[in-house]
Amino acid sequence: MRFGVVVFPGSNCDYDCFYVLKDVLHQDVVFLWHQEEDLRGCDCIILPGGFSYGDYLRTGAIARFSPIMRAVQDFVLRGGIVLGICNGFQILLEGGLLPGALLPNRDGRFICRYVSLRVENTNTPFTLLFSPGEVIRIPIAHYQGNFFLPEEELSELERRGQVLFRYCGPSGEVDAAFNPNGSVGNIAGVASLNFRVMGMMPHPERASEDLLGSSDGQRIFLSIVKWYEEEGSRACS
Amino acid sequence: MRRREAVRVLDLEVIAENLGLRKEEYRRILDLLGRSPTPTEIAMFSVEWSEHCGYPHSRKWLELLPREGYFEVLVGEDAGGIVYDDIVIVFKMESHNHPSQIEPKQGAATGIGGIIRDILGSGARPIACLDSLHFGSLEDPHSRHIVHGVVEGIAFYGNCVGVPTVAGETWFYPAFRGNCLVNVMCVGIAPKGKLVRAIAKGVDNAIVYVGNRTGRDGIGGCSILASQEFAENEEKRPSVQIADPFAEKCLIEATLEALETGFVVGVKDMGAAGLTCSSSEMAASGGSGVEIDLDRVPVREEGMEAWEIMMSESQERMLLCVEKGHEGEVQGIFKKWGLEAEVVGRVTDAGRVTIRYRGEIVADIPALELVRPPVYTPQRKRPDYLDKVNAFRLEDIPPVEDLQGAFLKLLGSPNLASKRWIFEQYDHMVQTNTVVLPGRGTVVLRVKGKPWGIAVTADCNPFYCYLDPYRGAQIAVAEAARNLASCGAYPAGITDCLNFGNPEKPDRYWQFVEAVRGLSDACRFFRIPVVSGNVSFYNESPLGTVYPTPTVGMVGVVEDVAKVVRAHFVQEESFLVLFGETKAELGGSEYLRVVHGLEVGPPPEVDLFFEKRLQEFLIECVEGELFLSSMDVSEGGLAIALAEAALSGEEPLGCVVDLAPLGNLREDVMLFGESCGRALASVKPSKIGEVTERAKDGGIPFAILGRVGGNELVFRKGEETLFSLPLGRAREIWEGAITRHV
Repeated sequence: MRFGVVVFPGSNCDYDCFYVLKDVLHQDVVFLWHQEEDLRGCDCIILPGGFSYGDYLRTGAIARFSPIMRAVQDFVLRGGIVLGICNGFQILLEGGLLPGALLPNRDGRFICRYVSLRVENTNTPFTLLFSPGEVIRIPIAHYQGNFFLPEEELSELERRGQVLFRYCGPSGEVDAAFNPNGSVGNIAGVASLNFRVMGMMPHPERASEDLLGSSDGQRIFLSIVKWYEEEGSRACS
Repeated sequence: MRRREAVRVLDLEVIAENLGLRKEEYRRILDLLGRSPTPTEIAMFSVEWSEHCGYPHSRKWLELLPREGYFEVLVGEDAGGIVYDDIVIVFKMESHNHPSQIEPKQGAATGIGGIIRDILGSGARPIACLDSLHFGSLEDPHSRHIVHGVVEGIAFYGNCVGVPTVAGETWFYPAFRGNCLVNVMCVGIAPKGKLVRAIAKGVDNAIVYVGNRTGRDGIGGCSILASQEFAENEEKRPSVQIADPFAEKCLIEATLEALETGFVVGVKDMGAAGLTCSSSEMAASGGSGVEIDLDRVPVREEGMEAWEIMMSESQERMLLCVEKGHEGEVQGIFKKWGLEAEVVGRVTDAGRVTIRYRGEIVADIPALELVRPPVYTPQRKRPDYLDKVNAFRLEDIPPVEDLQGAFLKLLGSPNLASKRWIFEQYDHMVQTNTVVLPGRGTVVLRVKGKPWGIAVTADCNPFYCYLDPYRGAQIAVAEAARNLASCGAYPAGITDCLNFGNPEKPDRYWQFVEAVRGLSDACRFFRIPVVSGNVSFYNESPLGTVYPTPTVGMVGVVEDVAKVVRAHFVQEESFLVLFGETKAELGGSEYLRVVHGLEVGPPPEVDLFFEKRLQEFLIECVEGELFLSSMDVSEGGLAIALAEAALSGEEPLGCVVDLAPLGNLREDVMLFGESCGRALASVKPSKIGEVTERAKDGGIPFAILGRVGGNELVFRKGEETLFSLPLGRAREIWEGAITRHV
């Protein structure tokens, strides 16, 4: 399978994702420039973190109009796998590919640190290598990661199992003390209705090597590979 | 019709004076031009010869600093570096003090932007930033405003631009209330042979302007703002530039991509002194001349005068020299990234910087003369205050009864407390190289595809330098080197940022010269080259002058990045070992300042011979995998070092310490004294024999003080428990000290 990492002007985790996929996990991966309209045969599209267009307007608000995003929209309609990380998550929300909004952090400050996450649903292309309720360590680095959804929609999201990751304590306790940014329900990552699109604020590419302190993030990428090998190739072809 | 740029001679002198040129400098300009200068020429000389760009007061003394060390050294126009393996590690530190004092957010942000472009201009990819920050007391509302703004500015710019801000230091002293120090450092890497110089050469090659448009912001930034002290009620805000980190991020990618084409002859950042500095210095370094047509410079505002365009310090701009015939390819890359890229001139063999605007020649100056500013070595005089503040003797204060109370005060002193509130606002992980995360001194970065890594730290205790600039500067070097060595890195090179008051005042100038001498002697002794640096004078306000602050940014090499050790305790039951000698001294300590209200010295003695031995020993132990954790012992003494080791890990881990092995010293000296040449390690029980044997062989005094473990910090002396503190409480105070104020 082939991964494509989209490069918007201002993306700054593009190369980090590329490095993990290519040099750590030995996958086929290409960069996709934001002005391209061709996904070049990619089976999974990654929208990386960073500050697309400087985030001078609303985060992700301009990037979603890039030509490549039209192709990504089509790709999603065809059931393609898309992973949005941090700014990529914000772009997916702006583009209406995921439900919800990301508000400025509760404390009004950028936060960069390791957090613990509880894996809520392992029956998705992004999480199938985790066990339900497993606690993993992945860093966050954002100013605007405070996930919000009105109550009704939120309970619907929860009911359908679209919440994939929650901020938690070292033993998996989900409460306000371990909520770094004020996200409703401690939500750190959500999936689309068909579970083919996922957005998350934590950076799995930063936690994919033991040398850097955690390799838990690897399993998100490897889940995608495994899913694709097992059923994706059939489903998407 | 526009009026000609002809102005009466008398007016010219006034213009020159207003732009900060001295009378004798103006006369020199008349001599070397053989005619009256144009206003544009005066503007160009004023910025090029300013203290900030031309270093007239410091150049002579900077020659003392060594340029050679254990590793190959490359010194370029704007930054220097060392070579390890097949990689050049380029680094430089620079000040952005006055802009940050006036407009903290933009001032600090543009500081980051400028230093990143200095590294980029050498052809290296910027991989990390560090900051050394000095503010007034946190009790003071105005200082808090500056702290907020500076931290916000660094976060705003650094996070967006995708270069991790990984390390640094932050100090709070009333002496910085009227004039904060914001010293920013950037580190970059490039394959050896891929570096590019800041030169223009090859007749008819193109001079290409790239990046943001030129506006009226930052005019006089270097000559007026950075080269004069603050006076009462002055409005200097217009001289501060405006930051655009998104443009900078695109500029980084586009510039590196352009360099890959092989058609770029030279590159220079347009930072301080803008187009004047970049064009004249590139011409001078290339031994050539340039002709520039200002009508082709992309401008942001209508009706800018020539001198305004030449002096503007608008940010996120670079000047390139591109091979003739290949301009289009290079311009195409910048346009792809949404940036301006205009051919604004050509290289000539005339050796002159010739500027045209609206059909007229507005400046025509020999390039070499522009970049040859005057040298001043005014009088210097040892300040009177020194005798008074260096007379402290231990007997002057009674031993403290309440050791726990003293410990709590130190733990909660912002100078010693955790800087988490600051460094968590910075993205310190982007680029995925940060192996040892920030929290305590040295940070280690891996180099992708290599077994080795790069260790970085920034160090200078300004209070020590106030008490004794020579010794203070030596301690800064020794401590930075020990900082690196304690995690297993070989000190490889230094960039310095020298922050002082008005050099025209003899006592300030004396401080400067003494500090440079101290720096130079220590660097020569350790064979650590100073590869780049910056001098910032005139750091004074009506409130007084700053502490003399020669900030040292040090870069080291870790041979096996997988073996580095961190500062925090990791294993219960491991032995605690203190290396080095604790001397009967308290001068200059945070303990005297915070607990006794005494701002007195002398600062700790420094023994360079022993320092070097200790550092070699520490590196050997880390490489031999004998340490579980290791750190240098410095400000706040042993007690604070232990607290940091216990608290700076993800999960706190306590210890039980017995001071009896330290002998008959006073308890406050053992706990809070800041003797140099000490390090603290935790060692696996199975390795303790080997560690102590090696220490004996190496002539390193050591004391086994106790064991790691439990959820308290317990301090004993023999059978007697002096005091203890639960980790939860300690963490609350240590991590809360800064947050509580901000």
